[in-house]
Amino acid sequence: MGRQTPLFQLHQELGARIVDFGGWDMPVQYSSQIGEHHAVRRAAGVFDVSHMCVIDLKGGRVRPFLRTLLANDVDKLTRPGKALYTCMLDESGGVLDDLIVYFLSDSGFRVVVNAGTRDKDLAWIRRHAREFDVGVLERAELAMLAIQGPEARTKAAKLLSRVGAATALELDTFVGREIEGWFVARTGYTGEDGFEVMMPASDAERVWRELNSLGVASCGLGARDTLRLEAGMNLYGNDMDERTHPFESGLAWTVAMEPRDRPFIGRAALEAVKAQGSSRKLVGLLLEDRGVLRSHQKVVVPGVGEGEITSGTFSPTLERSIAFARVPAGTAQQVQVDIRGKLLNARVVKPPFVRFGQVLVR
Amino acid sequence: MSKVPADLKYTKTHEWLRTLPDGSIEIGITDHAQHALGDLVFVEVPEAGRAVKAGEPCAVVESVKAASDVYAPVTGEVTAGNPRLASEPEAVNTDAYGGGWLMRVRPTPGGATAALMSPAEYEKLQQEEGD
Repeated sequence: MGRQTPLFQLHQELGARIVDFGGWDMPVQYSSQIGEHHAVRRAAGVFDVSHMCVIDLKGGRVRPFLRTLLANDVDKLTRPGKALYTCMLDESGGVLDDLIVYFLSDSGFRVVVNAGTRDKDLAWIRRHAREFDVGVLERAELAMLAIQGPEARTKAAKLLSRVGAATALELDTFVGREIEGWFVARTGYTGEDGFEVMMPASDAERVWRELNSLGVASCGLGARDTLRLEAGMNLYGNDMDERTHPFESGLAWTVAMEPRDRPFIGRAALEAVKAQGSSRKLVGLLLEDRGVLRSHQKVVVPGVGEGEITSGTFSPTLERSIAFARVPAGTAQQVQVDIRGKLLNARVVKPPFVRFGQVLVR
Repeated sequence: MSKVPADLKYTKTHEWLRTLPDGSIEIGITDHAQHALGDLVFVEVPEAGRAVKAGEPCAVVESVKAASDVYAPVTGEVTAGNPRLASEPEAVNTDAYGGGWLMRVRPTPGGATAALMSPAEYEKLQQEEGD
């Protein structure tokens, strides 16, 4: 048995199928994974993401600390509440984790890291925080719910007072703030509008039931995976890890090489990669033949070389298979994927595949 | 509890078998199996004329989450793959023992057969697997 979130009993009561995910017993689906996926694209769904690790960082030098620790530059964050997506790299430029960092105040930031990398991340962050006198406090007592979909914000706001709801509905994209004891952020991992809400564990079950009664569908990790893939969002451990750097993981946009005098961990390695040019890149694939792309399938690029699928699935919105693949840098439009010994045709496309309910690739 | 029709035979790898009037065998996956797999999105069935051997993979069923092999319960020649599944793989979810059949096989006389289970034995297996 793995670790359980404060909602575990409720998931069981709701008939969820439970699987191990990074050492946690998590709901993979309640009734139909495809039904849950469509609920988020068309209306609203709620996910239990309490397994994710919330860490508060405090100290007068927290900003210079994060400017060293993270590949993106927290100096982009000027308004309290504003969030930034970034990688945390090791000295060789390998990706230790991807995370969201919130600027709360000049002496306080919050980061949310993956469940499967919690121990490694906490050790790494603590080790580097010492030098900056930054306090590192894990907030394991918080539950986190992601409410996602075109109707998610208006439905979630019904759980707040009139004033609280108005405040929540005024939040800009990628901004969070404390509202009535919760931390409400307009963020997500589905390609739809919505909130991620951190709250005391004791609130979580009541909130989930109220959302259900407002027509917000319970959604599992299965739908979360197909939604994020359609939205062109990477999954740590699949699409990047310590053995890959951001430039070959579709994450160059998250690395702030400017200003040039910011000495973040991994910078020297990335500069060397940049000077040489990356030999591989992460691309989106659309399967043109029938079948389903899966991680680790071999990609054949005629005349160029070979690559590998890093994440693949059936896309419920496109009703065909989509994937991310790491391929040679010279890969152009057309590739083939080895599925059980047969070479099937796939086309290289630029993710995202779907955003805000609209199909973006043809 | 998943359905286990009384007039079929079963395998421990969750295929069902129905003997048709002409002596050929219709094969599919059980209600228990389709439920465990979840929403099916792709089914690959063998073409007529293909020789299959008992215990060897002969079809693939893929849900959103994963691909699974289907094993031939008998040795013989495929007389038909279910053509409907190319466009409607979900028929395996909604009608596992009817419209969701995968293939029909004419058994080779004296050919090998996988160990077959009665409905009661298969129900017991399901319970053991936590249906």
